[in-house]
Amino acid sequence: MMGQTAVAVKADNFYHQSTNKYSGILSWLLTIDHKRIGLMYMVSIIFFFLVGVIVGVLMRLELMAPGKTIVDAQTYNALFTLHGVIMIFLFIIPGLPAIFGNFFLPIQIGARDVAFPRLNLLSYYLYVIGAVLALLSLVLPGGPIDTGWTFYIPYSVRSTTNISLPLLAAFILGFSSILTGLNFITTVHRLRAPGMGFFKMPLFVWATYATAWVQIIATPVVGITILLVIIERLFGVGIFDPALGGDPILFQHMFWIYSHPAVYIMILPAMGVVSEIIPTFSRRTIFGYTAIAMSSLAIAFVGYLVWAHHMFTSGMSDTARWIFSLLTFLVALPSGVKVFNWVATMYKGSIDPQPPFLWVMAFIFLFSIGGLTGLVLGALATDVHVHDTYFVVAHFHFVMFGGTGTIFFAALHYWFPKMFGRMYNVKFARISVATFFIGFMLLYFPKFIMGYMGMPRRYYDYLPQFANLQMISTIGSWILSGTIFFIVGYLLHALFKGPKAPSNPWGGVTLEWHIQSPPIMENFKTIPTITHEPYDFSQLKEMKNA
Amino acid sequence: MQHENPKHKHHHPGYGTYILVWLALLAFTSITVTIAGVNLGRYTLFVALLIAAIKSSLVVNIFMHIKFEEKIFKVFLALSGMTLVVIFALTFFDFIYR
Ligand code: HEM
Ligand SMILES: [Cu+2]
Repeated sequence: MMGQTAVAVKADNFYHQSTNKYSGILSWLLTIDHKRIGLMYMVSIIFFFLVGVIVGVLMRLELMAPGKTIVDAQTYNALFTLHGVIMIFLFIIPGLPAIFGNFFLPIQIGARDVAFPRLNLLSYYLYVIGAVLALLSLVLPGGPIDTGWTFYIPYSVRSTTNISLPLLAAFILGFSSILTGLNFITTVHRLRAPGMGFFKMPLFVWATYATAWVQIIATPVVGITILLVIIERLFGVGIFDPALGGDPILFQHMFWIYSHPAVYIMILPAMGVVSEIIPTFSRRTIFGYTAIAMSSLAIAFVGYLVWAHHMFTSGMSDTARWIFSLLTFLVALPSGVKVFNWVATMYKGSIDPQPPFLWVMAFIFLFSIGGLTGLVLGALATDVHVHDTYFVVAHFHFVMFGGTGTIFFAALHYWFPKMFGRMYNVKFARISVATFFIGFMLLYFPKFIMGYMGMPRRYYDYLPQFANLQMISTIGSWILSGTIFFIVGYLLHALFKGPKAPSNPWGGVTLEWHIQSPPIMENFKTIPTITHEPYDFSQLKEMKNA
Repeated sequence: MQHENPKHKHHHPGYGTYILVWLALLAFTSITVTIAGVNLGRYTLFVALLIAAIKSSLVVNIFMHIKFEEKIFKVFLALSGMTLVVIFALTFFDFIYR
């Protein structure tokens, strides 16, 4: 299949066309091209992801045996905080929208760029500034922040480590996220090509659009919360700290009013990518297009109503506890709609198990485990037992890493030939999915069992009865991190030495597959007029003849 | 955005309106401060929120121009406002029944 549709890759693509008067590095750093900005995000985000992975492996080394192994308790506190902050704020929240949203959202709706290209560049620099401040706080006197990524009051007001600076960093990163959301919403409303009605948009666009709304509406809440903590630290105003007359549960409310919707910022774009990949590799139009599009909006909305399920054991009122438990169970419905539609799409399709599709299979399996164990945590009685144990750690790694993380790799493998015009080693890619899966299960599944047995999270030490399971988990972390570095290795190799990729290696039909790889600056020579439904595979014939 | 829509009327309130709104905001602020000293029991919070809501709607409509904008902006703003109201309501299920 590969190569049939090959169009000679022309030298005139966006890598050779600058949007400003500079060439070389400045033509990147000052670019306003959405594709180049997407790639700059990609470099930064993958860098931080790898740092986060290394910190994770260090924690697993500490936990390899009971007692002190490589670091002391305080360092462990700093490590899990650093790991959490990096993975949440620098990797998983910006990951899919900032890289693949930036690169492909305009192309998929037939636009030349996002609505506000300069604002887009500003978002990128806010991301960089936030990241640098966060790193700076690690080395400044006072010592690295040790509160966990949740910054819970009152500890975050009383801890003597550097708290205000990393909080400020998170605040700035929030603005980066808001501006990206604003840009995407405006782009979708104003820049769709002629004929591209809302219901002809690819589902990745729908998902990114719904995400953008969450970014705009929810992120300011965490911004305010963070500012209040900083004010409380600097001036001793009693907003949250009970010793000063504040209300610590108010902090938890405000924190989770953002941070729960934030999990939908993480997962919705991933669901969008899944809705792209499954039709392409099943050669079949998506089952229930409208249902999937609307369930994105429904998830975005209902996602606002469940935040206090993180607070069942924090001492809030019983009335609030059962109401939020009920609402939590409701939000499972639109997610279920999506899973059933994906499976129905594959039914009787002609499935081509290329690497992106295999990643999606891993996703459906891992994410389902993550989602179903979420119901254990959403139920009041069981949550009391497993709250703040490894069960929670296992759950959120399954949803965030097994969910959005695997789809990050799926998207990378799906769009790599389009972004770089090169093909990677498909065999290596297939093997990686398998070893990723094995490593993942070894690393995190034992945490469900340990959590159920009572192993608390955020501890650098444990009782001897956990030793075997902890060891298995550590071995898993070696397999998993080894796989990740292997993937980075063969992708880097492909980037420079890989064979040239055809413009449509997978037989996709959304707009990005109609243009050359890599695309030209401003994407289209003439803006296309859209006549087909987004996943109408009868187009493939015309595309091949074109 | 305004320039793209020829039908759109460029209505700008004059300085007089701005000053009036400003005075109104000052008045509401002093009411907030005064009322903080009066014991209204369980209604304290609702009264404070009501005044804050009136103040912010003045700011949003006049200073931020939403009153003179296209309908789509109003719809979006109303949606965000509704979300905020729902979030407040849900938080009160904790606060009131504690
Ligand atoms: C090889 C990769 C990874 C390894 C080895 C790893 C390992 C760990 C370990 C050992 C902990 C601490 C558990 C505890 O003591 O409570 C942890 C916490 C955490 N991890 Fe990972 N992890 C990895 C990847 C990820 C990814 C991809 C994400 C997000 C997408 C993530 C998000 C988090 C978060 C949010 C925490 C909680 C931090 C806190 O308690 O404040 N991790 N991880
Ligand atoms: Cu949640």
